[in-house]
Amino acid sequence: MKYLPLVWRNLLRRKVRTIFTLASVFIAFVLYSFLMVVQAAFSMGVDMAGADRLMMLHKTGLIQLLPISYQQQIGSTAGVTHVSNASWFGGTYQDKANQFAVIAVGENYFELYPEAKIPEDQIKAWLADRQGAIVGRASAEKYGWKIGDKVPIQATIWQPKQGQTWFFNVDGIYDGERDFDKTNFFFHYEYLDENRRGAYGQVGWYVMRIDDPSHAAEIGARLDGQFINSSAETKTSTEKAFLQGFVNQVGNIKAMIIAILTAVLFTLFLLVLANTMAQAVRERTSELAVLKTLGFSNLLILTLVLAESMLLAIIGGGLGLAATYIAVGRGSFNNALLPVFIMRNRDVVIGLVLCCALGLVAGSFPAIMAMRLRITDALRRT
Amino acid sequence: MLRWFGQTLTVAALSVRTIPQRLSSSAVAVIGIAGVVIVFVAVLSIGEGFRAAMANAGSPSRAIVLRGGADSEMTSGFPGGQADVMREAPGLKRVDNRALASPELYVMVDVNKRSTGTPANVPLRGIEAVALQVRDEARVVEGRMFQFGTNEAIVGRSATRQFSGVDLGSEYVAGNLRIKIVGVFDTGGTASETEIWCDSRLVQAVYQRGNSYQSLLASLDSPASFDTFKNWLTTNPQLNVQVRRETEFYEQQSQVMTGLIRGIGYTIAVLMGIGAVFGAILTMYTAVSTRTREIATLRALGFNTASVLISVLAESLALALIGGLLGGLAAYLAFNGYQTSTMNFQTFSQVAFAFAVTRSLLIQGLSYALVMGLVGGLLPAIKAARLPIATALREL
Repeated sequence: MKYLPLVWRNLLRRKVRTIFTLASVFIAFVLYSFLMVVQAAFSMGVDMAGADRLMMLHKTGLIQLLPISYQQQIGSTAGVTHVSNASWFGGTYQDKANQFAVIAVGENYFELYPEAKIPEDQIKAWLADRQGAIVGRASAEKYGWKIGDKVPIQATIWQPKQGQTWFFNVDGIYDGERDFDKTNFFFHYEYLDENRRGAYGQVGWYVMRIDDPSHAAEIGARLDGQFINSSAETKTSTEKAFLQGFVNQVGNIKAMIIAILTAVLFTLFLLVLANTMAQAVRERTSELAVLKTLGFSNLLILTLVLAESMLLAIIGGGLGLAATYIAVGRGSFNNALLPVFIMRNRDVVIGLVLCCALGLVAGSFPAIMAMRLRITDALRRT
Repeated sequence: MLRWFGQTLTVAALSVRTIPQRLSSSAVAVIGIAGVVIVFVAVLSIGEGFRAAMANAGSPSRAIVLRGGADSEMTSGFPGGQADVMREAPGLKRVDNRALASPELYVMVDVNKRSTGTPANVPLRGIEAVALQVRDEARVVEGRMFQFGTNEAIVGRSATRQFSGVDLGSEYVAGNLRIKIVGVFDTGGTASETEIWCDSRLVQAVYQRGNSYQSLLASLDSPASFDTFKNWLTTNPQLNVQVRRETEFYEQQSQVMTGLIRGIGYTIAVLMGIGAVFGAILTMYTAVSTRTREIATLRALGFNTASVLISVLAESLALALIGGLLGGLAAYLAFNGYQTSTMNFQTFSQVAFAFAVTRSLLIQGLSYALVMGLVGGLLPAIKAARLPIATALREL
């Protein structure tokens, strides 16, 4: 530690070089953070999926519907503690571009999603209002909805008996942790079923809670077994598996992110830092020889160079991580397409580790070069 | 003037010729810029490939009819009787008095993606015989066309490449749906090739659609008769439909995805570009400082400041050019034509496409490299031009 001032002084010797090296390292880690945010957005909440929730869909896929009569049978299946239904509604608000998930749900839907924080009185008001809706804070803020507003939603899939527009009363606004999707618009399934032009008594999917997550596979098989050879066969999976399947449909985002990240870290970080350190060592050849003559051990010389490299890496990288964390932290992204726009704490930690490791790698070659200097050669060189 | 030009050229040539002496530090700038160009071109080639697959699926001389309010074929629907009304519309191409209008159904089936082994939403299109006359770019290239009235189907070439279980000769079963793949069709690599086509009666039966359809694809007698066709349909009180030119329809269906990829691609490119400029500045500062004595000597010999300034910029641009060319070439070799598929966020259905490293992308990448070189060389060039001759000569 007592050598820290020496390392620090060395950094200040070539201010221009230090500044631009730091800037490059900084940008590398801003990019790292941005890529992690994109990856988190594309993973669509797989990490947060409740382990004790199962989803039941029609066997041929999401577009086929399931009879509402299944709900009771599911509820009385061993292992299932709660069950509710949901139906994709589609719909747009004012402009076709204003799309967000509008979902018709059963009355007890929110009991299955304690992540959605709704004041008690708002839930009560919603339950008492057939035309009621509960909307996410992000969408409410984006479109300026307040409790008591009447909101028109244009039909895309389900047309009302008359016209093209459905009307809902905003009874509640749900909130949640920063990694929870706050763009959805929920309303009563009964209201949908009474007012649409067909497909009566059918729902999109069932969501259920089970008593023991470790029995998910058996309970799923038991449920699907009950509906084999019926008009609508089912496919039950954990919520996590369902979301993962959805993510996989988009493609291998992770591999792409890793490829880009490799290019970024190699060109903007490793190469620049290693070059800077190599130059520094080359410039200070005679000085290092003097230090060695004074009795600095080889190990100490190695450590000093490595420390300088890591200091650059940590200052630059740390600032990059911090800057993005603060920029992204200001509210979730108001985009229903990729609703969760956050930097996960896990990714910050990985970033810091990566930063130290790369600082070490970048400094290692110049450090070894410095360590191996022979005093006589080095002193003669200038 | 000519002398000034000659001077500048000499000094610039000198600095470019001496690049090999500063190899390791020059490599930082070259590789840094090459890295930016590779990432920039690669990411945008995804967007370009996706857009091309979608855009080429449409033809300006075709129009697509959907139910009013529907935002995609998926969410559209109308009774068969309305399709009969639509066939009477003016502006339609007619062969032997038969309108080239193809009523179709569009549903999705779960088919496993080869790359992940997990289910993906592949479109299954129910068609009638006239569909192949309307979609005249479609050719059955392997096996044969399916027979109407059976459960046979043909599959797009990209779909067989990207998904397993729908190869020629195989039978695909899901719930009540059971189809036999008897042929592979080609539409020139467009989004339609991600689909499976079968008899519309089969889709109506399995998906309990009665006598209804979801879209009508119409061949117009010329691109100009679109308005006539559209006005007739939209003012007909028997119908509640929207009519769009097929090119516009696909353009609109690809907007969100293309916009998303471009947004991410440009953000990465701009950030990386800034980083690479810092790298280039470092390189050029190093170059200037190692050549301090040389530059001062030139100045002392009477070479003017402008020629020194330009020589440093020339070196920086030369490095950027090398980086840009290397990056563009690497991106082209590594990614052009790479086959993949993704889910279109607007329709939730799969679209197979190939990365497209287009000429315009390569030019953009190279121009971007030169901009980075110019910006990166500017500060060091000014420093070099301002070098006080006396002190500089004394240095070292």
